[in-house]
Amino acid sequence: MLNKIKLRAVALALAASFTGSLLAADVTGAGASFVYPVMSKWSADYAKTTKKRVNYQSIGSGGGIAQIKAATVDFGSSDAPLKPEELAQFGLGQFPSVIGGVVPVVNVPGLKAGAMKLDGNVLADIFLGKITMWNDPRIVAANGGVKLPAKKITVVHRSDGSGTTFNFVNYLSKVSPAWKSSVGEGTAVKWPVGIGGKGNEGVAAYVKQINGSIGYVELSYALQNKMAFTRLKNAAGKYVAPNAETFSAAAASADWANSKDFHLVMTNAPGENSWPITATNFILMYKQPKKAASAKDARDFFRWVYANGDAQAMALDYVPLPDALVQQVEAYWKANMKF
Amino acid sequence: MNSIALPARAGPPLPAEDARDARDLRADRIFRWIVAGAGMFVLVSLTAAALSMLWGGKEAFQTFGWGFFTSSDWDPVQRKFGAFVPIVGTLVSASIAMLIAVPVSFGIALFLTEVAPAWMRTPVGAAVELLAGIPSIIYGMWGLFVLAPFLAENVYPWVDENMGQWPLVGALFSGPPLGLGMLTAGLVLGIMVIPFISSVMREVFLTVPTPLKESAYALGATTSEVAWDVVLPYTRSAVIGGIFLGLGRALGETMAVTFVLGNAHELSTSLLMPGNSIAAAIANEFSEADSPIYLSSLIALGFTLFLVTFVVLSIAKFMLMQLQRKEGR
Repeated sequence: MLNKIKLRAVALALAASFTGSLLAADVTGAGASFVYPVMSKWSADYAKTTKKRVNYQSIGSGGGIAQIKAATVDFGSSDAPLKPEELAQFGLGQFPSVIGGVVPVVNVPGLKAGAMKLDGNVLADIFLGKITMWNDPRIVAANGGVKLPAKKITVVHRSDGSGTTFNFVNYLSKVSPAWKSSVGEGTAVKWPVGIGGKGNEGVAAYVKQINGSIGYVELSYALQNKMAFTRLKNAAGKYVAPNAETFSAAAASADWANSKDFHLVMTNAPGENSWPITATNFILMYKQPKKAASAKDARDFFRWVYANGDAQAMALDYVPLPDALVQQVEAYWKANMKF
Repeated sequence: MNSIALPARAGPPLPAEDARDARDLRADRIFRWIVAGAGMFVLVSLTAAALSMLWGGKEAFQTFGWGFFTSSDWDPVQRKFGAFVPIVGTLVSASIAMLIAVPVSFGIALFLTEVAPAWMRTPVGAAVELLAGIPSIIYGMWGLFVLAPFLAENVYPWVDENMGQWPLVGALFSGPPLGLGMLTAGLVLGIMVIPFISSVMREVFLTVPTPLKESAYALGATTSEVAWDVVLPYTRSAVIGGIFLGLGRALGETMAVTFVLGNAHELSTSLLMPGNSIAAAIANEFSEADSPIYLSSLIALGFTLFLVTFVVLSIAKFMLMQLQRKEGR
């Protein structure tokens, strides 16, 4: 009897909290886990100043695209941009939200963060299994002076489909013809070698544990876990370290003006100071939504984010959009989202 | 109970009693329906799950045919999918788990029923059952953060160096000491299923009639002889049932395996190398499966796990029947 009462109380409480959260959320969005930390910070701060709530569910880019296509959310979010044709087919519009970057991380004894230099081709050949030792002449050549151990390289990649993987392999496809022809690009690929970790945290855990390993994670994971990230040679031929400066340099040098619906993957961006695996998260919204009021609320939220969200993004190791890009998004809204 | 000691009564039955009979009859009928419903519920949900997975995996089965089971290709970019690597991984990791779990569980159960002093039996028994209640993700995290580094540093280098040279089976034990892979997954799985198997074994060992055991002891049998020749034959079918309960769990385990298996769609002879299992592949890849054929292949993988489990448990049932026939029961 007591159990029954308890059960009923729990059920009631659950139901109450459920309807409560549904009623309270004016805007709902779903998608990439990459932006989840900054989205929750933004929506909390937004709720404080405007009393309007944005509920963001971190279900993955694939899920976000499926949800917005089914029109169950007000906005979806994806780490890979949708093609303009696909957007047109569903009546969707697309714009970038915030910038981040993917960084290679290594676990080589005695090597500090930023000490190792790699170029795209070497990175691709490591992940193809063609370069198997840390003292390979090509790695040594790129790191003139740094002594590297004769240790086997263990590749660590993502086991789940992910936008991080998409941006990483997109970069490898751009710089390495061998990678493009034998593996290709996607949110999940057929990895020639290595072990798979689930999520950024899974890859980070494996790289930290396995001596002689190399993996790739979002910058914030590399910083929080104090991992040895590498420098990379960018399209201009300069070795750069991953940080807010090189990320925004990549965003500024990318050719946004000529990409329809912002369909642009920023990897291998031109510019002396650009980090080569810089990534943008994209927001998907209907051009003519059924619930115009909440779509308008969602757009207002992103307008507020562009104006007031920079500090929160920086604090979490994201990079806000450059001002020029924000103006282009505003123009895009004016032309395409008339509600 | 009611039938005894009721005095015979002459005359027509009282109306009140008539009503009670009818009420009893109705209650009994309702009870039967409820119980039958519960029984049917299992059958219906089992068939429904199998059919809906078959339906969801239709596209994959149509596209790849039998090749889905025999191909070791898993390429989301080219959209070619084959389940061979996960099937092998599932069977191998579960086999390793059983190799570890069965003897240990047998030891635990025998110790608790035959050897341990009486004051120890209840607390240790409770502890074993408590182990069964630990969520699998905890085992996975323990495997990843504690067991894998320990094995990578202290055990696998030795295994690679020494056991790797053995004739015939050497290839199974040679490889880089990553700490993650089939053997680690089997170890973690083994530890996970021990409480399931050992608590069943303990329960059935307790059902062995004391006179049987005492007679054996009286004839001069040692404890091990009693265990082998009296306790085990008496409880054999239930013990095998318990083992297969554990095997079923090992085949379908997801989270713990995902953490330590290495999640690589690669076929490798070495147990020290990473592999993949059906449940781990589904858990990893489902949320971001971006094409219909990818999604369909993952659901087909689910159906495959269903088949694998069904086949393995059927074989077990068959073996049990053979055994019972031999015993002449």
